[in-house]
Amino acid sequence: MIGRHRHLIALEDLSREEILQVLDLAVSMKEVLSRPVKKVPSLRGKNVVNLFFETSTRTRSSFEIAAKVLSADALNWTAAQSSTTKGETLLDTAKNLEAMRPDILVVRHSASGAPQFLAQHVKCSVVSAGDGAHEHPSQGLLDCYTLRERFGSLEGRTVAIVGDISHSRVARSDLHSLPKLGAKVRLCGPPTMIPQGVERLGATVHHDLRTAVDGADAVIMLRIQHERIGDPLIPNTREYSKYWGLNAKKAAEWLKPEAVILHPGPINRGVELSSDVADGPRSVILDQVQNGVAVRMAILYLLAGGAGEDRAEKVPA
Amino acid sequence: MSNDSGVIVIQGGRVLDPASGVDGIRTVVLRDGKVAAVAERAEAPAGARIVDARGKWVTPGFIDLHVHLREPGQEYKENVATGTRAAVAGGFTAVCAMPNTVPANDNTSVTELMLARATAAGLARVYPVGAVTKGRKGEELAEYGELKAAGCVALSDDGSPVMSSAMMRRALEYSRAFGLPVAVHEEDLHLVGKGVMNEGPVATRMGLKGAPAQAEDVMVLRDISLLELTGGRLHLCHVSTAGSVRALREARRRGLPVTAEVTPHHLALTDEDVARSNYDPDFKMNPPLRSSEDVKALREGLADGTIDAIATDHAPHAPEEKRLEFDAAMNGVLGLETAFPVCLDLVRQGVLTERRLVEALTIGAARCFGLPGGTLAVGAPADVAVLDPSLSWVVDPMKGFSKSRNTPWKGRTLTGRCTHAFVGGRLVHEEGAAR
Amino acid sequence: MNAEAVQRAVQRISHEVLERARAQGAVEKLAFVGIRRGGVPLAERIRAEIAKVTGAPPPLGTLDIALYRDDLASRGATPVVGPTDVRFPLEGRTIVLADDVLYTGRTIRAALSELVDFGRPRQVWLAVLVDRGGRELPITADFAGVRLDVAEGDDVQVRWRENGAAEDSVVVLEGRKP
Repeated sequence: MIGRHRHLIALEDLSREEILQVLDLAVSMKEVLSRPVKKVPSLRGKNVVNLFFETSTRTRSSFEIAAKVLSADALNWTAAQSSTTKGETLLDTAKNLEAMRPDILVVRHSASGAPQFLAQHVKCSVVSAGDGAHEHPSQGLLDCYTLRERFGSLEGRTVAIVGDISHSRVARSDLHSLPKLGAKVRLCGPPTMIPQGVERLGATVHHDLRTAVDGADAVIMLRIQHERIGDPLIPNTREYSKYWGLNAKKAAEWLKPEAVILHPGPINRGVELSSDVADGPRSVILDQVQNGVAVRMAILYLLAGGAGEDRAEKVPA
Repeated sequence: MSNDSGVIVIQGGRVLDPASGVDGIRTVVLRDGKVAAVAERAEAPAGARIVDARGKWVTPGFIDLHVHLREPGQEYKENVATGTRAAVAGGFTAVCAMPNTVPANDNTSVTELMLARATAAGLARVYPVGAVTKGRKGEELAEYGELKAAGCVALSDDGSPVMSSAMMRRALEYSRAFGLPVAVHEEDLHLVGKGVMNEGPVATRMGLKGAPAQAEDVMVLRDISLLELTGGRLHLCHVSTAGSVRALREARRRGLPVTAEVTPHHLALTDEDVARSNYDPDFKMNPPLRSSEDVKALREGLADGTIDAIATDHAPHAPEEKRLEFDAAMNGVLGLETAFPVCLDLVRQGVLTERRLVEALTIGAARCFGLPGGTLAVGAPADVAVLDPSLSWVVDPMKGFSKSRNTPWKGRTLTGRCTHAFVGGRLVHEEGAAR
Repeated sequence: MNAEAVQRAVQRISHEVLERARAQGAVEKLAFVGIRRGGVPLAERIRAEIAKVTGAPPPLGTLDIALYRDDLASRGATPVVGPTDVRFPLEGRTIVLADDVLYTGRTIRAALSELVDFGRPRQVWLAVLVDRGGRELPITADFAGVRLDVAEGDDVQVRWRENGAAEDSVVVLEGRKP
């Protein structure tokens, strides 16, 4: 990964080997998080700036903690929404920040392609924390990590992703990473939430939840928003919950005993997931959160290293 | 509806059952609510009720895909009991009830109420049609899962079109999750404007505002096009124009999943009849009576199977809603009790074969919504119509079973009448019996 | 050095460690931490030798110093970071830090930084198999198996059986003359 890439914007750009590199490194990072002193000096003196145009407490905090554990300085910058509202354009904001010499910009924006746009105009590294409906690379990686940690390997495993696929950058990042590690991906949701041509990204499509989760090793539930005014995709969350939501009864009857349940958060309890399932024995949602810090540490570490070239020389002792 | 434990034997009638290919004199035996036998000769067990059907037709009970029962909310015009009584008198043993009730049928409660009323009346079977959008307002999806679970067989905002293409797109997509066809009432309200009849030379002569045929055509073309994007099943309600038939034929050729129905009045009457009626609102309905070219295309379309079914769009209205100047009167006419003789006339004119007529009223209709029935195959539910094709009668709206009287056939002599109707093996209509 | 010589050096170091620990009454408090990868076999072997005498093997941990290196900016990140595993409390302990080759002293500096993040040992002793001089920081080995004088461009490698070599050895690879 390092060597080829200065930025991390899309898992679509990463090869299988590069993804595994990040996951392997994240294992060591996770060990650091279990120490009494959760700090290593690796990124001391480096600046990580969180440039978030969409509110997000959890992802931003996760990146912030990751930076701090690595001894980097973390700065949070929450900007007004889009370029068209009064205030600076995206580029102006970034250029202003760049003048303060950050090493890494972590960007979340509601417009797909915004991190890509920024990466072309700044000298530092850009990490996408989610752009529109395009990708959320660190989430995809932490999902891969969590599943690999649970199953040892993703080869031959089946993962079902359930929810509003058409608006989900998490689903797309998962789709660009899980199959590279050998998993089969199934997408499930009402027909209004499945985007055209998604099969070409390498997944099978199901509208029936039961068949989608039958025999699956993992089920990733996505948050459902009914707040889409102007283009309602479902009549209400009640009907969604009945046909595509997961509760204890469906989990007990339809899932393999060893199957695990993931969710990128925040959970709409009672809609896509009932509380007893979200808090139940199959849920690895809290593991995802912990793994998220480790994976983000690995990402920051790999991008912050100076020249960024892979060297295989022996280290002088 | 309870099953009749008695046995019924219908003898001497001409059995016409396009679904099973039977056309000839047969004896039909009904037992335990099902068709037990259709044979050239059959023993009548002791205690069986014999029905003499000589000179008559014996067909599967007709299925009407498009009926307004007006309950809940508008029971002054009609209710489930009177509507289903009119239905069986016309040979219809099953009707699909449209959701433009008050409140609209966009939820379980209204669906269950309709079904409960139908069960209590014990006459024609009622298959509710749920709304496409909440309140039929065209803005939000109704809960299709709920509606299907409650017993709806299709979705429609009938009475209103779904004007937003984006909304129609979502409706077709979402309907796929539950396998429900979307039955569309096609009119572009902007093109219709204040039109009260078909736009053309007749409207011009009469000085009435017209709605062009294209008001229907553009929506039909739109929805067929959307179907290609979304998948799902589309059903065109009450097609009335040559343009619709053309679009339908083309879509059929390309294998798209679209079906269609046509009303008896659109097959028999033209806008000239509105003129001849002298501004009689009993000739006012939506879509309106069209030109003779349109009617010709509809007849050909029905005959060659492009149009799948005949459906009445039975639309009762109270006298104070119809006995007004043409502009102000409400749209809609009755249809259940006059459908058979009006369509039989088309057979007499050589427009349709007898077989095609019965097909369009039975299995052709059933297939549009995936309904059971429409056939007299052994084991099928004992829903049967016995019809006298040569019985002439004068249409007297005061004597009909519907609560309302708005029919263009009033005072006319029609030939053809249902003499007996059975639902689940129970006799629910008998001509001449005490009411 | 051949395998025999290596083993003799290990035994001598073990003996010296034990003597010094006895002199201070710290035998019970000994613990070994090997620096990955080359220091781990040394730590394991010294520990095993001590265990032969005392009967109970002292605790053993391993340290990967990749995250503590001071040259991240110039060299770039190392994608491979090995596991660090120190599970015993360091308080009051006499830690014997072990590495295969002592050269500039930077690895030991990184290891000391990392070690104190795990706790506060009473004291830390450094044991190495080879001391090749060339210090860039003020670091001294308390116990050294052998002292070698080699040129700046030469590479000194210790090959351990435990890490996959056919047999133990210390080799010097001549590099470019500076």
